[in-house]
Amino acid sequence: MTTALNFDPIRLPKVCEDLRKEVRSFVKQEIAAGTWDPNAVGRDEAFNYEFARKVGEKGWIGLTWPKKYGGHERTFLERYVVTEEFRVANAPTRVFFTADRQSGPTLLKYANEDIKMDILPRICRGECCFGIGMSEPGSGSDLFAAKTKATKVDGGYLINGSKIWTSNAHRADYLIAIFRTSAPTKENRRHGLTSFLVDMKNTKGISCNPIIQLSGLHEFNEVVFEDAFMPDSHLLGEIDGAWKQATSELAYERSGPERFLETFQVMIELVRVLGEKPDLRAAEGLGRLVAQLHTLRRMSVSVNGMLQAGKEPVVEGSVVKDLGTLWEQKLPHKVREIAAFAEPEDLANRVAFEEQLAFATTIAPKLTIQGGTTEVLRGIIAAGLGLRGR
Amino acid sequence: MSESDNIVAETAARIFADLADPQTVNAAKDAAWKAPLWQALEENGLTLAWVPDDLGGAGAAIADGFEVILAAGRYAAPVPIAETLLAGWLLSTAKLASPAGMMVPLPMRPRDTFTMKADGSISGRARGVPFARDAAHFAVLAEGKNGAVVALVAAASARLSEMRGIAGDTIYEVALENARPVGSAAATGIGKEALMVMGATVRSLATAGALEAILALSVKYSGERVAFEKTISKFQAVQHNLARLAGESAAATTAATSAADAIANAQSLAAPGIYLEAAAARIRSAEAATEGAAIAHQVHGAIGYTKEHILHRYTRALLTWRDDFGNESQWAVDLGNRVAAAGADELWPLVASR
Repeated sequence: MTTALNFDPIRLPKVCEDLRKEVRSFVKQEIAAGTWDPNAVGRDEAFNYEFARKVGEKGWIGLTWPKKYGGHERTFLERYVVTEEFRVANAPTRVFFTADRQSGPTLLKYANEDIKMDILPRICRGECCFGIGMSEPGSGSDLFAAKTKATKVDGGYLINGSKIWTSNAHRADYLIAIFRTSAPTKENRRHGLTSFLVDMKNTKGISCNPIIQLSGLHEFNEVVFEDAFMPDSHLLGEIDGAWKQATSELAYERSGPERFLETFQVMIELVRVLGEKPDLRAAEGLGRLVAQLHTLRRMSVSVNGMLQAGKEPVVEGSVVKDLGTLWEQKLPHKVREIAAFAEPEDLANRVAFEEQLAFATTIAPKLTIQGGTTEVLRGIIAAGLGLRGR
Repeated sequence: MSESDNIVAETAARIFADLADPQTVNAAKDAAWKAPLWQALEENGLTLAWVPDDLGGAGAAIADGFEVILAAGRYAAPVPIAETLLAGWLLSTAKLASPAGMMVPLPMRPRDTFTMKADGSISGRARGVPFARDAAHFAVLAEGKNGAVVALVAAASARLSEMRGIAGDTIYEVALENARPVGSAAATGIGKEALMVMGATVRSLATAGALEAILALSVKYSGERVAFEKTISKFQAVQHNLARLAGESAAATTAATSAADAIANAQSLAAPGIYLEAAAARIRSAEAATEGAAIAHQVHGAIGYTKEHILHRYTRALLTWRDDFGNESQWAVDLGNRVAAAGADELWPLVASR
């Protein structure tokens, strides 16, 4: 069957389970020390540099990168375990998360040696925050409509235009952004975009305007470039060929456990308010959620096993994100229905549950938009089925 | 498991391709195709793959038997290959030899029970049993005075009544009244839960195979059917439906092959995590069957709703299998109760343990 997608039953090896124990004990210790409150949701304290430094000391940032650049040459599956354990504990990973997941790997592949030696070790120490500059006011899912222009000047490029919905930009040390270096061609409308490393702290002509989300959180920004100078050395990869780079990295971005565990705490609190003997419909609802979550996680582990084996499971990664984000988007609504007849004895449990539920409900609409919309993902899956070109 | 890298899987795939072609089976005026198919499966040792050599079987690995079932699902092959494999496995757990021919394990629903009296006779009933008229024997898991008992019962000892099923083949209620088994022995290390775990995993694998098949059929059809002057595969609405079907198929395959892999590598069906794996496989694959069958029909339009087209062979089987060895609601209630009893702080460790 050529249309069937491949999800081998990969198991996490023992080294992962040993690492999991270490991470859990670290998490427990840090929660006890008050580094963060796992039940506190929807606050901006996710940018925790002290925590990032400690995680760096543990050696859990840049886990798969070469030692030469501060990395640890461990496996994707080990990274998977660290990511999921931090995620379910609501650990404040924002400082290093994007850099660790995708910016670092992009630099490893496309940046020059000086930049790699300078920046990658700082990421690994938890000192360096990254953002991604893709969307523009007139270019979201249609990435290749980007207009922000890079004009060649002596020794580099001048950037003019703006990026939008740029997470972390107000805190980030760097962005990895795509700018237009040439017009698209008739044959290839994806041609003409080039990837750059943007130094957010030391570049004149960049301003960052906050955009507050409906949840009250400040993640998004508008980033405006006015004759901002990028040296030639900050060009990443092929001039006019960013589209090739962007698509091959999507599997990393889309298949991770963060795609269905962002609001997992609401499930934990659901079990708490249901108590040991749930009513029949609550038991069924909970059982289905656990079965669905287990399946998603097995799919996600499988994709990460393929990444470890050097494959590029872009279609499989898209399936994980499509199913995972839709599942998580429905999660708070199902949880709300499941808990309808729960009468917890402990009022504190009810309060914690309702806080998690409100947060998850508020977060839900963005899950199927960020990092590739449902519609875009289904287009990629359809292409994988041979129904259309990529 | 998705790559047929072993001889058993390849043999099964070849036999089904040669002798269970859905087009031929669907167009057949009688059941003459059935005998050569069964004969080939039997001669190649596939029907008793899970029975050790000394008990009359082929002594294949558990993983190999699961491969046979996945392959059978890809053809929605209407022969009791899964049932006979399970019956042979059940008899083997009690060191009972398996006879040749078609068998069906009983019960097939968790709430049906059989009991063995002190005189060794067995009574009880099982609903929703396929192939009851074809089977020569039933392998029955019964409650005895000193615990679970496995018995081999000749089909002639049973009273069959027809039930209305979803698939084209009749399903039956099988009643035993003081039936004398051909042989019986105490079950060792298994009970009804273990039978349901094996049965649910088997049905989940067949479901995964059939979903792969209807995905392939639907993709192919969408590239052939022209409407509004283009193939319907060019319409985004159709593409998105097919992408959803691919997702459901992938979820079912992942859950089912994960459960099969867990069982094949476990010392016992009572090992930690096996229950979650089997429950999740059953629940998620049944949900995928419901969604997937509907999407495949939607893509095919009216032609897919005809007797002439082979789609119904798969979709009706998919919907029927949901009810065997515990339906998804029953498994979900049980899984939910276990998760709740273990408590909130055990939820993540359970999920992460797989």
